Formats: sequence, structure tokens, C-alpha cells
Amino acid sequence: MPLVVEKIENGTVIDHIPAGLGLKVLEVLKIDRNYEARVALMMNVPSKKIGKKDIVKVEGKMLDDKSVNKIALMAPNATLNIIKNSNVVEKKVVKLPQELRGAFRCPNPECITNLEPIETIFRMEKPEERRLRCGFCEMAFEAKELLS
Amino acid sequence: MDFVKDLISIRDLEKRHIDLILKKSSEMEQALKEGKPPNSLKGDVVATLFFEPSTRTRLSFQSAAMRLGAKVLSFENVGASSIVKGETFSDTIKMVDGYADLLVVRHAQEGSARYAAQLAEHPVINGGDGGNQHPTQTLLDLYTIKRAKKKIEGLKVTLLGDLKHARTMRSLLYGLSMYGANVTLVAPKGLEMSKEVIREVKEKFNAKVEEKSKMELADADVLYLCRIQKERFSDQYEAEKVQKEFRITEDAIKGVKDDLIILHPLPKVDEVAPEVDRSKHAYYYEQAKLGIPVRMAIMETMVV
Repeated sequence: MPLVVEKIENGTVIDHIPAGLGLKVLEVLKIDRNYEARVALMMNVPSKKIGKKDIVKVEGKMLDDKSVNKIALMAPNATLNIIKNSNVVEKKVVKLPQELRGAFRCPNPECITNLEPIETIFRMEKPEERRLRCGFCEMAFEAKELLS
Repeated sequence: MDFVKDLISIRDLEKRHIDLILKKSSEMEQALKEGKPPNSLKGDVVATLFFEPSTRTRLSFQSAAMRLGAKVLSFENVGASSIVKGETFSDTIKMVDGYADLLVVRHAQEGSARYAAQLAEHPVINGGDGGNQHPTQTLLDLYTIKRAKKKIEGLKVTLLGDLKHARTMRSLLYGLSMYGANVTLVAPKGLEMSKEVIREVKEKFNAKVEEKSKMELADADVLYLCRIQKERFSDQYEAEKVQKEFRITEDAIKGVKDDLIILHPLPKVDEVAPEVDRSKHAYYYEQAKLGIPVRMAIMETMVV
């Protein structure tokens, strides 16, 4: 039996999140128990495209570029539906950015970005492997290392 | 100017940039030999900011700058600067940028030179940033090898020692791979070169890199050593055992090629036996001397 979740009026629906990462998406969006508007998280929803997926619906939230980039890194096939007055006004597939600014801290404790107040820069080196290199200490990381 | 504005990492350089420095270094060496170094930095001020101790790099930069006619500003002892009062790295760089035309920076934090280059309007040279990069040492190493062997491509180069922590080795592997040398990496267990670095040069340059755990020097054209630090081992007995095993002695270089050259970024402690210093293979003092023309070539290219 399909799971029915009521529509949101204004906000964002993030679909095609790999199963299990929905909670992480909420964390990236800084949505916790203090968030006052309606939020729905559906986990392990059957998907023709990716087998099983998570879906997040957030009332009253429009995503900035930094958040979209972070979501792209953890869920490269995610789609964003922008909802206004209960209608989908825009639908977009997230795109892995070539460069991520200020989105993550560098996992290398010796990196200068962990000592001085610097906006981190990570550049995509191998998109197919989701490998990024820090623009300061030059260490390469897998996307999951940046997300942990 | 066909060069980079800031010299931060060997990764920022293309072969044409390195070729330019190698050619210019040779000209500088010749000019020094003739006692006619160019006065091309006359009226300029070079600041050498060493937040970490250094002897060779700092002194050779200062000497090179003076030989080009520049004046040198320096602090070599962080304890005697405003840093002890809590001044941030960024404030120090911004302040010195107002006093000098070129900044040479060494700092323990990886990426510090890149950050300094973001902050400063004048060119910045990385004099070593933690375990990351030491590009002027690599240019000097490539120059030394090319000068001794007349080529780099196809040479058999063995890098030996603590390949995990030595920034010179990382930068050098990159430079050698760019030029098509055949590199053998020999390191004690646990101190091997990062797999990621090896993967990178293989992917980028189709580099021929082999990893070994024992010294085999019979085929080598160049042996490049670096120190194995005892403090990297929790077990001191193991540390001594490894140091002994990887020590270059007269016996270790028996049967090597007649024209093998041994290089070392220095300082060396006891990884090379004194009798090797006197052998025809020892080339590290020559290498250290070449730091002057190479750094002159770099500074002139970046400032003039």
C-alpha cells in the first residue's frame, strides 16, 4: 500500500536520495527538532531508478547553492522540486559542482583551513569516483570523507 | 611573464615552466662562475618568513636574493616576532606584504603558502608547507639531476627513506613523473609513499613507479635519500633496526653503476656513512650549492 504524505504549500521536495541518506540530508539542511515548519522524511521508498530511495519534504525552505552542492555530493541523482502555492514551479536535477566553496571543513587536521578562518575550497578531480582535492593542503578525499 | 604569479606547488607548474627555470638556472650558474650575477633585483626587497626552522632553504634564498642585488628582510626565530604576542598568520603576511616585493614563506601548516598567496599582492614562494610541498627544492633537484645526467627522461631514480612524511619526496615524485623518469620507491613498512600520490602520477603522467621494501641499487642512475626519523617509531628497537637496514654504507653501494649519483635534501644525520661522503657518488653537497642559481632563477622570473 502506498505511503501517503500530505502536500506542502511552499518549500522543497528532495527526491531520489539514496536509501539511508535522508537523515544526512536533513542534517545538511540544518533541520532538527527546533525547526518549526512541517518536515517529512520517507525512507526506503521503492524506486524504479535506484531500487530504494529516501524522500525529504520541507515546508518553508528554499535551498541555497551551498546546500544544493552538499546534497549533490551525497546524492548525485537527487531531484529538487520547488513548491509554491502547492504547485511544483521548478524541477531540477542536482549537478556535481566542479568546485565547492565553504561547504565542508577539510578532514586533514594539518590543513591551514583548520587553523585560520578561511573559506575551504574543494575541487572535483574525478567526478566518476567523486574524489575532491583540497585547494589548500592539496590532499585528495573521497566525498564520503567530507560528509562524515 | 611565462610563469606562475606565486610558486606554491609543483602541481601548479607545467613542463614549460620547469624548462624555463632549468634553462635560467644554468645561465645563473654560469653568471655566478664568471663573477657577473645580474643585478636584476636591485631596489627590491625580499622577505623570508620562516615560521619553522630552516637552514639551507632560508640561507640559500637570502644569498640568492642578495646576489641579485635585492635587500633581505627576515625573521628566523618566531619567538622574536609578534607571533608570540598572538598575531595571526594572516596579519603577519598582510603586514610584510606592505614591506617587501617578494615573500618566501615556510610554515608548519599544510596549505599555508597558498593562503599567504591569497592574502598578499606581491608574489609568494612556498619554502615548505608542513608535509605538503617544497617546490623550490624539487626544481633544484630536477636541475641537479639534469645537470649531472644531461636528461631526466628514462633515468632510473630510486627514492629511499621516509616517503610518507617527506614533502620533498612527494614533490619530487611528481616532477620526475612529469619528465618520464622510471621511479623506484623504497621505504620501511609504515613509511611508504601515500597510495593516493602514486595513483595521481600514474593517472596524470602514465608514470612508471615501482614500490619495493628492500634496497636494490644495481640499476639505479640516481639515488635520492631522506632521513628516517626515529620519532616516527613507537618501538625504538625497531627504529634502530630500520635505520641500520636503510643506511647507505660503502657496502650498500658496492656494485652500483659507476656514474650513480646520490642526492639528499639535507640535513642528514646518520643515514649516510661518512666514507660515502668521500665517494665519487656523493653529490649532495653539489646539490645544496646549486640551490643558489636555481633560487636566483626563480626569483628573477617572478619579480622582474
